[in-house]
Amino acid sequence: MMALVWLIPVALFLGLLGLGAFLWALRSGQFEDLEGASWRAIADSERPGPPRARDESDEPPI
Amino acid sequence: MDQALSARTSMLGAHKFPATPPASSEARDVTLIVANMRCGGCMAAVEKALLASPGVTNARSNLAAKRVAVRFDPQRTDSEALANVLERAGFHAAEATHIAGEAPNAQSADLLRRLAVAGFAAANIMLLSVSVWAGLASDMDAPVQSMFHWLSALIALPAILYAAQPFFRSARSALASRRLNMDVPISLGILLASSMSLVQTMFGGEQVYFDAAIMLTFFLLIGRYLDESVRVRAKGAAENLLGFKATTATVIGEDGKPSRLRARELKPGMRVLVAAGERIPVDGRVVSGASDIDESLITGETMPRLASAGATVHAGTVNTTTAIEVTATATDEGTLVAEIARLMHAAEQARGRYVRLADRAARLYAPAVHLLGAMTFIGWMVAGAGWEQSLTFAISVLIITCPCALALAVPAVQVAASGRLFAAGVIVKAPDALERLAEVDTVVLDKTGTLTLGEPRQTDPDMIDPAVLQRAACLALNSRHPLSKALVKAAHARGLALQRRSSVQEIAGSGLVAKTAHGEERLGSAAWVGLAEGGQPATLWYRRDGETAVPFHFEDALRSDAGAVVSELKRAGYAVELLSGDSHAAANAAAAATGIDTVHGGVRPDGKIKRLAALKAQGRKVLMIGDGLNDAPALAAGHASLSPASAADISQTAAGAIFQGEKLAPVLETIAVAQATRRMSLQNFAIALAYNALFVPLAMAGLVTPLLAALAMSLSSIAVTANALRLRTMRLSLLPAAKVESAP
Repeated sequence: MMALVWLIPVALFLGLLGLGAFLWALRSGQFEDLEGASWRAIADSERPGPPRARDESDEPPI
Repeated sequence: MDQALSARTSMLGAHKFPATPPASSEARDVTLIVANMRCGGCMAAVEKALLASPGVTNARSNLAAKRVAVRFDPQRTDSEALANVLERAGFHAAEATHIAGEAPNAQSADLLRRLAVAGFAAANIMLLSVSVWAGLASDMDAPVQSMFHWLSALIALPAILYAAQPFFRSARSALASRRLNMDVPISLGILLASSMSLVQTMFGGEQVYFDAAIMLTFFLLIGRYLDESVRVRAKGAAENLLGFKATTATVIGEDGKPSRLRARELKPGMRVLVAAGERIPVDGRVVSGASDIDESLITGETMPRLASAGATVHAGTVNTTTAIEVTATATDEGTLVAEIARLMHAAEQARGRYVRLADRAARLYAPAVHLLGAMTFIGWMVAGAGWEQSLTFAISVLIITCPCALALAVPAVQVAASGRLFAAGVIVKAPDALERLAEVDTVVLDKTGTLTLGEPRQTDPDMIDPAVLQRAACLALNSRHPLSKALVKAAHARGLALQRRSSVQEIAGSGLVAKTAHGEERLGSAAWVGLAEGGQPATLWYRRDGETAVPFHFEDALRSDAGAVVSELKRAGYAVELLSGDSHAAANAAAAATGIDTVHGGVRPDGKIKRLAALKAQGRKVLMIGDGLNDAPALAAGHASLSPASAADISQTAAGAIFQGEKLAPVLETIAVAQATRRMSLQNFAIALAYNALFVPLAMAGLVTPLLAALAMSLSSIAVTANALRLRTMRLSLLPAAKVESAP
């Protein structure tokens, strides 16, 4: 019976972790274009990763 | 173009940054609609093209929404130039001017968040509940059971308070206006189940329904989310269609300098320059120039009308031949658009409030359920069970009757139906459109642009000597007149190579003239080529010096399947009528060609409404199908309405659904799917009621346990959803020949 004392909190913690991951994904806009995301995974892009990073890093300062 | 561009950019810059502006700190975001972005390849090409153009710092396309978000430096480029970049890359693009940010998505994202929380809580509480149910059969100690109940309470109560808020809010507003909707019994069930479970947990009882309450919330949120996401998608698609109709205008300032403005920024009194081929952005009067104006969207008349100085022109018409200057008079109450808007407003009010199927069910269901609860309480009191026991049984009746399946019944079917129609190119816009369509028994069609394609086609290309056709088409290449375009199309269809002639002059209302080595060539009206008699109205004459004039005949071609669709509708028992703003002769000809018996030609917009009102007075439920501005009031007045995607923007807004493509067949598919939607919604209601018929007697007899309640909730919801999904798989058997069931 003592197992319950730590098993249940662990189970709940893992569940909350999943929930948190989903809410984070939702907030960061990963569900806005489900069709496009599947294509991006297989696209031969010269610049991997989200193009968002571009305006900070790639764009030379004018 | 480049000059205009730089002028515009510098104007923008001067407007925004009077002094030397700080470098690229003021980036601007714009959303472009890209209609033909269909795959990952297009998506990459769109982004690449945009990123390669100067001034663009970021481009991110959204394939599902067919839009691309662009961030750019407003001093180096502008949204119109970006749209042109995409046009050159082979994409059909326009700025999404009237899309209000991310507001529609916010609602569905909020529901998704609540859904996630409810799902998390439901999964964990189910684990605990299953242990308790198993423990009942074996040897779980009372303290452990109590601990599990407390744990469930700890997870369920905050989750329900957060996740079920949409239902509570809707129920509260319904009660505040003294109405009953489905959310009233839902909220009552959830609240009673939670509070009774809390009390039972405190006193170590067994009637703990946290699992049922949270499962209920979870399933209901799924229904709500699906409903919302369908609406968001339809709204986005409809906005995309309209985006291409939003025009910019060239305004001539008091200093005589031209500048580009969005059409909605125009004010009365402004002088607007409309180039050949452009859509006229305002109602107004022609100040200088003369041109042929294509008014087919407004009046239903296919042939252009000559407008010279002093003539009135309407927003939405197309200037076909030469540039004209127009003074905007848009606020005049006498303009056609104002009249249409007035008629539409009146028609919408006369249409009355439509009570949807689910709300009609709720009106019967909610009082019945509450009556059953009261009867259970009174019955057990009379039987001498004591008020605490009686109350418990009464509450369990309310929990078990909580209309989970009933509230899922309609959204689940609607989602399946809209998804299916979306794939067939039909955008269902109004939430009640499918229910209205299912009740229709009369179909009223507009002619120009609805029954026909709205553009003339040459009727006799094979009768003409190819060499003559080729010469005439080379002249026609220089003109945007609908007949010229049709002639060019006919020449292309015969595989003739065309070359643009230089030094071609176009005279509005008359035709084209060119000087060549073989003498003067003329293409235009009968009078233009020197004939006294013009013959049929839609005829273009071609004549080269010293030769006889050759006529080309045109007609507004019917949609290829118009006749088949009409006969299919008639076969299924629908009354079909043609209601056209075009001449009696043209309307009669189109009706005869498609087999429509009842024809009304030369009808003005208010006449269309009168005809619809007369049909309504006969007890008919009318489906209005139309595209023109003159159809907009009728679309608003009909019991249901459909519009082709080529329709005027005001008509698309008025219509309940929009169909795309050159065929009329989507009309049949839409009606068929709407009828199936209604049928399956009713089936779902039957399934939900069957579950209640099974479990309510048990609850009234005090035999319902938490396990039974949770089972009833989940199984009925799953049964209803599974039934709704059949509508998608029916697609395969229905698509080849969409059969309309016989009308009621």
